[in-house]
Amino acid sequence: MSGYLILAILVLAFVVIFQIAKASEYVSVLNGREKTFKQNNRINGFLFIAFLVLGLAAAWWCNDMYFKKTLLAQPAASDHGEKIDFMMMLTIGVTGVVFLLTQILLFWFAFKYQYSDKRKAYFFAHDNRLELLWTVVPAIFLTVLVGFGMFYWFKITGDAPKDSQIVEITGKQFNWMMRYPGKDKVLGRKNYRLTDASSGNALGIDWQDGASHDDIEASEMHLVVNKPVQLVIGAQDVIHDVGLVHFRLKMDAVPGIPTTLWFTPKYTTEQMKKITGNKDFVYEISCDQVCGTGHYSMRGVIIVETQEEYDSWLGSKKAQYVIVKEAAAPVANDSTATVKAPLTSQPLAQLK
Amino acid sequence: MSTETILHGHEVEEAVHSHEEHGQHDHHHEESFLTKYIFSQDHKMIAKQFLITGIIWAIIGGLFSVLFRLQLGYPDQSFPFLEDIFGKWAKGGRISNEFYYALVTMHGTILVFFVLTAGLSGTFANFLIPLQIGARDMASGFLNMLSYWFFFLASVIMFASLFIQTGPAAGGWTIYPPLSALGQASQGSKLGMDFWLISMAMFIVSSLLGGLNYISTILNLRTKGMSMTRMPLTMWAIFFTAVLGVLSFPVLLSGAVLLLFDRNLGTSFFLSEIVVKGEILPNEGGSAILFQHLFWFLGHPEVYIILLPAMGMVSEILSVNSRKPIFGYMAMVGSLFAITILAFLVWAHHMFVTGLNPFLGAFFVLLTLLIAVPSAIKVFNWLTTLWRGNIRFTPGMLFSIGFVSLFISGGLTGIFLGNSTLDIHLHDTYFVVAHFHIVMGVASFFGMFAGVYHWFPKMYSRYLNNTMAYIHFWVTLVGAYLIFWPMHYQGLAGLPRRYTDFSNWQSFNQFADMNRFISTVAMVVFVAQLLFVFNFFYSIFKGRKVKSQNPWGSNTLEWTTPVTPGHGNWPGELPEVHRGAYDYGKDGREFIPQVEPIGANESKH
Repeated sequence: MSGYLILAILVLAFVVIFQIAKASEYVSVLNGREKTFKQNNRINGFLFIAFLVLGLAAAWWCNDMYFKKTLLAQPAASDHGEKIDFMMMLTIGVTGVVFLLTQILLFWFAFKYQYSDKRKAYFFAHDNRLELLWTVVPAIFLTVLVGFGMFYWFKITGDAPKDSQIVEITGKQFNWMMRYPGKDKVLGRKNYRLTDASSGNALGIDWQDGASHDDIEASEMHLVVNKPVQLVIGAQDVIHDVGLVHFRLKMDAVPGIPTTLWFTPKYTTEQMKKITGNKDFVYEISCDQVCGTGHYSMRGVIIVETQEEYDSWLGSKKAQYVIVKEAAAPVANDSTATVKAPLTSQPLAQLK
Repeated sequence: MSTETILHGHEVEEAVHSHEEHGQHDHHHEESFLTKYIFSQDHKMIAKQFLITGIIWAIIGGLFSVLFRLQLGYPDQSFPFLEDIFGKWAKGGRISNEFYYALVTMHGTILVFFVLTAGLSGTFANFLIPLQIGARDMASGFLNMLSYWFFFLASVIMFASLFIQTGPAAGGWTIYPPLSALGQASQGSKLGMDFWLISMAMFIVSSLLGGLNYISTILNLRTKGMSMTRMPLTMWAIFFTAVLGVLSFPVLLSGAVLLLFDRNLGTSFFLSEIVVKGEILPNEGGSAILFQHLFWFLGHPEVYIILLPAMGMVSEILSVNSRKPIFGYMAMVGSLFAITILAFLVWAHHMFVTGLNPFLGAFFVLLTLLIAVPSAIKVFNWLTTLWRGNIRFTPGMLFSIGFVSLFISGGLTGIFLGNSTLDIHLHDTYFVVAHFHIVMGVASFFGMFAGVYHWFPKMYSRYLNNTMAYIHFWVTLVGAYLIFWPMHYQGLAGLPRRYTDFSNWQSFNQFADMNRFISTVAMVVFVAQLLFVFNFFYSIFKGRKVKSQNPWGSNTLEWTTPVTPGHGNWPGELPEVHRGAYDYGKDGREFIPQVEPIGANESKH
């Protein structure tokens, strides 16, 4: 019912506007085009300056309402994130000045130089000095921004520290799977043709590789605060993206092409609850590359904790190989019978 | 006195006069309805065909955005009328996830390609090139006609894809494989995706036929005296647009064809080591990232294919209505040229977080931010053009000023995204959505509207209604900022694009009120566009008639043709050009048309 009401109102509004529009056309013929033109010109000139003033006020108001809901209102939870936040403020500063300057000039000029019988347009076709000025000045500012950007970019994308913790994260429609390398600190080799979720090998791990025998699988990611971590990122079906908003980072997960990303978490989940004042705070992994109908629900959780908490969590987990063996043991005595031989071998997991 | 006579009474004399004038030239080729309106080879008619097809697509594409904004703005509400119309796609009056992604994908595809590429440069390149360089028609009228009909064919195929059982393509307008290559991975990657790819292949053929025609016409058919540096900036902009299209669209074609092979012939160009829904695929050795390179090698120039014609028209309209020469003509041409070159060298800035080599990424950052320099030159030159002018706020002029404002706003956020360090954080968030909608979506639309309002009198010998135009402009400008300005805040909160629902997220659920606001404004703005559409079609038949040959007091050649130019544009000899297009306010004269010889005492620039 309300739908029809809205439709009726719309049609009515259309008719009213149309009638006004038509009437104004007649009025302008009867009053003389010249007079109507001047009147319209004054109205639009005024509207431009009003738009500028109200627009800036609205921008201020918007900022007042929403700044606190953005990530700028809370500290970045990783060392890389802090650099990115600094870059962000710098860029907002530089572009903000340019924005204000150019928008004010634009609407001020529109208002100030609106048509008048008394004014003659000033013939001004070019001026090399002015053009040089606004070639060189933006170029200088951009050089500064590129300079900072590149400095941080190479820091962030550079090699991970030697003592980094390694966690593998694999995306599939529509969830994330984690794997930890275990005591040997080496992830076991994978072969996608061995993937078989029903027999406990959802990641396609090649059990022939001894390094895989102590690998631990989990659905949550546990990280140690202040300890660098390197993520080894992969995907099984389509492209996903590991989005870590609180750390200000993201990296695509591409089938067939492993990627990596490293950072150092700065605050535990508990600390972030205090910092953000949100008792339900949780580090979330969002999928940031459209991956199908469940894209919006592809959520993962990261728990950042102290070394002790981490150790006790890890201690409570069993290696996936052991789980698979235990499940298979009652059926068959020959343990290798449940494990398919690799079709190809890939020395993928030897990450230092 | 009837209202008709009030509006049109004084024009009878002139109308008869102009009819006589081109009557002498026209009567030897009688045209049937079919050759005049359907399979026309007259560039003006083809331009109108592109424009009207573009308008129809724009309504469809815009409507799609209203539908998915309903879902985003009112996630808890159900709209039974949606189920009446869309059936299983909107069960219980709520847009299903499949449908949401299909809508988003088609909204992007339609507006980027069918409206802002074909509808914008197809219309104005066809309409303005012969008229502004002084040619009777395009270099090849036949290819030009084919260009429209390939576009039409592409339209039919794309439109048909909306009605197949598994729905149209739904993997985003960038159609990244493997998602778009695997029917198992998504409903939208079934038949709908094949339709999408075939339609795009037809579209690319259309755009190549058009582009080659534009280039050869501009290079070869300029009238006597029309040197390249005397051309209006619209011509330069369209020329560079065509060059961009001709060099980059074939790369997308190759990507589309390879993807078709991967989908249907079992090849592995983009596929490797895939397990989808438990099924282990045999494909190995392909690269999903290769597609992104092929896509963005067109995709980025595409942004400028959309934007450059708008820049050209805005430059022209700003100058005409400020009654001042465009400031720094050569700098404007130079910056267009710089943008064209750089457009080819920045595509990987869409791929900073794909695992691209960081060293390679650094070059793309540098080249991307370099584009800000020619862009800044253009903005400051436009501002200086307004400075000390005598500005007439015609509807075209309003949209041109709006264009400059939006171009600044959207261009500045590009400096954030082009800097890879910030892109790590902002990539694929609402910040990106806000950025490209403002700078290439809305800004280009403003350029297009400016062009339509400015050249409508030449197209249909009638004016659009001013009052409706003013309402259209102010609602659209205010609405555009109300929609996209707050979105930056969502982006700064890290909200990912293409989420149908944020309620399950601790980090992203704080914007329910803003989403409702944005959706509501989006609907209002959509309705305002319908007002324009109404104005457009109404004025074709009932608008105030154009009385004078040169209603805007403009220098360019299209205003030396009769009020209603026939096929061939000029009765008698083609005009000869003696000067550049921007002698406004020179030597105390308001404007000096290009056809006027340089006077003996005329001052130099």
